[in-house]
Amino acid sequence: MKKLMNAADDMVDEALAGMTAAHGDLLRVIEPNVVVRADAPRQGKVGVISGGGSGHEPMHGGFVGLGMLDAACPGAVFTSPVPDQMLAATKAVDGGAGVLHIVKNYTGDIMNFELAAELAQADGIEVTAVVIADDVAVKDSLYTAGRRGVGGTVLAEKIVGAAAEEGQDLAAVTALCQRVQDNVRSMGIALSSSTVPAAGKPTFEIGDDEMEVGVGIHGEPGRERRKMGSADEITEALLTPILDDLPFSSGDRVLAFVNGMGGTPLIELYVVYNKVAQMCADRGLTIERNLVGSYITSLEMAGCSITLLKLDDEMTRLWDAPVNTAALRWGV
Amino acid sequence: MSTFDGPAMRRFLEAFADRLRERREELTQLDSAIGDADHGINMDRGFSAVRAKLDELVEADLGGFAKGVGMTLISTVGGASGPLYGTFFLRLATSFSDRASVTPQELGQALRAGLDGVRQRGKAELDDKTMVDAMSPAVDAYEAASGDGIGPALTAAAMAAAEGRDRITPLVARKGRASYLGERAANHQDPGATSTTILFESLRDAVAES
Repeated sequence: MKKLMNAADDMVDEALAGMTAAHGDLLRVIEPNVVVRADAPRQGKVGVISGGGSGHEPMHGGFVGLGMLDAACPGAVFTSPVPDQMLAATKAVDGGAGVLHIVKNYTGDIMNFELAAELAQADGIEVTAVVIADDVAVKDSLYTAGRRGVGGTVLAEKIVGAAAEEGQDLAAVTALCQRVQDNVRSMGIALSSSTVPAAGKPTFEIGDDEMEVGVGIHGEPGRERRKMGSADEITEALLTPILDDLPFSSGDRVLAFVNGMGGTPLIELYVVYNKVAQMCADRGLTIERNLVGSYITSLEMAGCSITLLKLDDEMTRLWDAPVNTAALRWGV
Repeated sequence: MSTFDGPAMRRFLEAFADRLRERREELTQLDSAIGDADHGINMDRGFSAVRAKLDELVEADLGGFAKGVGMTLISTVGGASGPLYGTFFLRLATSFSDRASVTPQELGQALRAGLDGVRQRGKAELDDKTMVDAMSPAVDAYEAASGDGIGPALTAAAMAAAEGRDRITPLVARKGRASYLGERAANHQDPGATSTTILFESLRDAVAES
């Protein structure tokens, strides 16, 4: 294992200290490890918080700021945060209008957010939660934990954060978040494994000539192990199940998001985006907005994910609204 | 041993923390095959935190002791294991209440309450391939043998937990991260059922030592 680190156990704390040093105008870090928007709480504004294991940077701490998240709760690497963090975050951002928890669908995240919501409600804070579960690689049935929350989370946090910023109430913000969840689909691929710092060795073995199709953002295996393919073949393998799942149909306006997993350079993501644009055009979809870059990562894993969101006028308007965070910034 | 008391609880938690430390890599390895490679790391972190508080916790009654353990785990473990093991100890606490020691039957009632808490929190049933598949037969075996005393009942419980752990290895997981794998989770030993087996083995040995 080669990493820029001092000690595995200190990595999250030191990274948070670095974020504070770099972005003190946008955010601050409070105990126990909660990234809070610098000007929180804002009276009368719905608070929007999220959280999850570390190792997916810039998600979620990099999305704290104007027009996006009010707080983020980073757990240990690939481990959901503990309820104390979400409780502290909820209290820190509550401006009297309630707080929305955006939760990625993982067993641990769900349980820890549920415990925190129960505790916050006992303290008189109104809390709602929306679970993001957009990974089409996982079968959604009564016999699984359901689909994982992946790239759709980034889009939900941006759009919902903008709605809260313009003063929409908790019910409206919650319904909007659910609408994003209902209209977004994703799938990812790994060309190499990530290495959890405390574990010290790769999470999974993968040959030089292999790829893991449908991989999760913690290196969870996906649909199948295949021989390595070209960028166009990989893009087809990811985008076809996404298009067929919602399904997206001719005339739909979409936001196309090509995301790097952490170890893949931007030039490769644009090669993928080129094919995404062709395939969408062939299906009669209009890519009205896009995002290309590494925003929900899996440490140093090489690979990418593709996310498509079916847009409506309100979502497009909120996507365009000003945002000022460490990782996304426009209109300000 | 005819009753279970604070010193026994302390020996149990020390033994469990020791074994989690020793078997940290093994648990993480099992988890990397079908989960996210953090089970040993998280359990070690949580029970190390519990160990650091034992001098203080042992001063309380059994209920207060177990509650302190549960709250510590919820605050330090993270993942799914934190709420699940935390809930297990919180339910023990409610069952123990303000008692300084409990009878074999009362310990059985507490373990049953702990199991019910884990099932509710995780919404898992038998054969979902989770820690419930080790804990549920262990509690059944304990209750069946509790007339023989705590030692024999815990011996039966530890054996049943290990059998449960091994019984589900061929199965496809239906809860937790391993469920994403479908058929690919089959024939992998479950990390949660493994740590639960270690819990019952630690409990058995803590009582045998006295």
